[in-house]
Amino acid sequence: MPDTIRVSVNGTPITVPAGAMVSAAVAVAGANGFRKSVTGQPRGPLCGMGICFECRVTINGRPHCRSCQIPCEAGMEVRTDA
Amino acid sequence: MGASYDVAIAGGGIVGAACALECAEAGLSVVVVEPGPIGGGATAAGMGHIVVMDDSPAQIALTQYSRQLWIDLKPRLPSDVEYLPCGTTWVAADDEEMAEVRRKKRVLDDIDVRAEVFDERQLYKTEPNLRKGLAGALYVRDDAVVYPPCAARYLLERAREKGATLRIGERVQELTPQGMTLHDKTVLSAGITVNATGAWAPELTPGIPVRKRKGHLVITERYPGFVNTALIELGYLKSAHSTTTDSVAFNAQPRRTGQVLIGSSRQFGVDGAGVDTHMLRRMLQRAQEYMPGIADLIAIRTWTGFRAATPDKLPLIGPVGEHSTLYLATGHEGLGITTSLATGRLVADHILRRTPPIPIEPYLPTRSHEEEHA
Amino acid sequence: MPDPVFDVVVVGAGPAGLSAAKRAAESGARVALLDDNPKPGGQIWRSDPGHWKPLLGNLEPMCGVRVVTSPEPGRLTLEKFDGELEIGYGKLILATGARERFLPFPGWTLPNVMGAGGLQALVKSGLPISGKSVIVAGSGPLLLAVAKYMREHGARVEMVAEQASDSALVKFAFGLLGFPGKLLQTALFGSSLLGIRHRTSCWPVAAEGSGKLESVTFQRAGKTWKERCDYLACGFGLIPNVEIPLMLGCRLSPAGVWVDDHQQTSVPGVYCAGEVTGIGGLDLSLVEGEIAGYSAAGKPQAASALSSVRKRHRRFAERLESAFALRDELKSLPQDDTLICRCEDVSYGRVRQCSGWRDAKLHTRCGMGPCQGRVCGGAVEFLLGWKSESVRPPVFPARIGSLSGPKYPQP
Repeated sequence: MPDTIRVSVNGTPITVPAGAMVSAAVAVAGANGFRKSVTGQPRGPLCGMGICFECRVTINGRPHCRSCQIPCEAGMEVRTDA
Repeated sequence: MGASYDVAIAGGGIVGAACALECAEAGLSVVVVEPGPIGGGATAAGMGHIVVMDDSPAQIALTQYSRQLWIDLKPRLPSDVEYLPCGTTWVAADDEEMAEVRRKKRVLDDIDVRAEVFDERQLYKTEPNLRKGLAGALYVRDDAVVYPPCAARYLLERAREKGATLRIGERVQELTPQGMTLHDKTVLSAGITVNATGAWAPELTPGIPVRKRKGHLVITERYPGFVNTALIELGYLKSAHSTTTDSVAFNAQPRRTGQVLIGSSRQFGVDGAGVDTHMLRRMLQRAQEYMPGIADLIAIRTWTGFRAATPDKLPLIGPVGEHSTLYLATGHEGLGITTSLATGRLVADHILRRTPPIPIEPYLPTRSHEEEHA
Repeated sequence: MPDPVFDVVVVGAGPAGLSAAKRAAESGARVALLDDNPKPGGQIWRSDPGHWKPLLGNLEPMCGVRVVTSPEPGRLTLEKFDGELEIGYGKLILATGARERFLPFPGWTLPNVMGAGGLQALVKSGLPISGKSVIVAGSGPLLLAVAKYMREHGARVEMVAEQASDSALVKFAFGLLGFPGKLLQTALFGSSLLGIRHRTSCWPVAAEGSGKLESVTFQRAGKTWKERCDYLACGFGLIPNVEIPLMLGCRLSPAGVWVDDHQQTSVPGVYCAGEVTGIGGLDLSLVEGEIAGYSAAGKPQAASALSSVRKRHRRFAERLESAFALRDELKSLPQDDTLICRCEDVSYGRVRQCSGWRDAKLHTRCGMGPCQGRVCGGAVEFLLGWKSESVRPPVFPARIGSLSGPKYPQP
């Protein structure tokens, strides 16, 4: 079982400890804004437990994924709102 | 503390709001009584579709005229009404339905309603998420969708600017020849009383041929571009036609927000507002038959509403009897948003004895009601 | 293939759910334990297998699984990341826990303003915090736990700002004399928090920054001042997650879901245990879980034997509530242009003009976004007194495929 996992965030390769959620990878990538609100404001995670929907990103092409609830898997492609 | 008005309207949904505005603009003193929130009945529950429907000549006349009123109103609508001129795409699954498409096109051509026949290729260009193997469609370009509660509120606010009194948070107990009595025993006297309470109209005016017809809807997360027009399967007409059986028909439309609104279902004889698992599943399965990608969209909410249905599928607009001071403005089934503005105009014209732009006779409550055989 | 049916299904694998599942399984019931998080433990034992593994024993939990709806009594539709399934239950134990109460203030939507438990959960999930400056604010014993955790993981905890007053906390501390275990915990806490500024009667009035948090303005005793920090971990107490019980028709009490002495709700066959019945802390959750597990597995005497323990821990819960009651000054935190609904970007000014929740939902769309009022609902209730008590399926956003019935054949 590897100690770290490599994913990509907005095209940049990011390494996180095994077991880390996608939210950690997005934070490590330096993107403080995970998504844009409906009026275009930058937003990041609030609740950490999957109920606020502020941490949503696109994972492997699937939009609206709550990154704080999804463990990183090798090769995942994560995209945040530009 | 009572008061006296020219017109007292029970119901502050889209139809009551339209009646209030037309009467107030005509210089009549108006009061609207609505338990709240504004547009909280079928107005809030429905899809907000503005569509020309060609079920019958009377229905075409009403929907076409009313749609034009919406188009005329569009420049003044505030942004939260979210008027979206997306057009309607009537989807034909096979050659039989394509024949129906061509028939509809002829009807619409005759009355100068712009429509195009799409072949398979044009259909997929407009709606790439439809399943393969469909035959084509009829695209009616000037149809639109709106967010109805805010539309109803806008109409009521304009009515208030023209002098109408809005009694929101109050409820009508009884309609009388002199006006109405509210639940707190307040008496409002009025020259004309209008029952615009939708599916609840028979509670205030017993015996009128209005029945509740329950519908389900689902709204999704934001997926801009997943559906671009108000998509309806031609089978919708069979579903809306039937006056007895429970039915579903595929109906999906975009909201300005990019959310997808999915319907539709029809059930008679059900009073409970709870979501019916069986009907919901049937409706969503039908939707996936037309748009398989819908399965992966995230649904945020499901809800139900009660349409006001009449035996001949035309609304009841006008006085209950030839010289009655009690008017009905109800029974709009799935066309309440579309025909609300025309209903308001017809009601005001009749009260003021003005010649209406379209004849009111087909919608008068005094017409004979024959069950149309499906 | 028929769907699996269990004697007892437990929803939520936090302390209450784990303890319920353990007792039910020991009593001979065939048990399914579900949780929507990737691993068991709930919030308090997130990433803490030292605590949850012993309770779990040999039970194999279904994680990453969320309840969508109950299509008919005795059945649940569940959604996983990549599919859905239906299960049947004889008895249902809902141990859905609690979430934080967020109160809006100007700037609260900036990235890096998070819940107190929120920041802790995110750090446990891998968010790097070492070397970062953190301020913990809001209300409740959770703040101290978060401050301790952050410090242990290398953060510079600049301050803990508790809105409750000194006298309220002192009363609470004296009250702990009745609960020796908790007094010890608090003393230990206190010592490990030496050197961290702790301010009572203190709360944030604004967060500032461009693009992300840079500083927070605090108020105390009529003075305001700015603190720079990387993260603000701010939560004002806990709210029970009553949505699934409500969807099933369970009656509420003022504290959460109403239950009798055996944790049975007003719906026969449905039990609730833990914070969802009312915020009461870990020990109460554990014993309520045990009582529910025994009751659901048909062991009422074993359940009754625990009632005095439950009573004792409930007294602690009551002290908690009164010590950390939210002060009225917090009601003037949001300005009219402060957002109250983050899903639909609705400002407080627009919402407070509405006549009630339904009016606000229809006319402003507050509460109509994906969180379905889980974030704004606590604030709306505190600020305006409106309660929303109807829940329709899906109890949580779910794929349309999951709502269409798991037997729908894929094309």
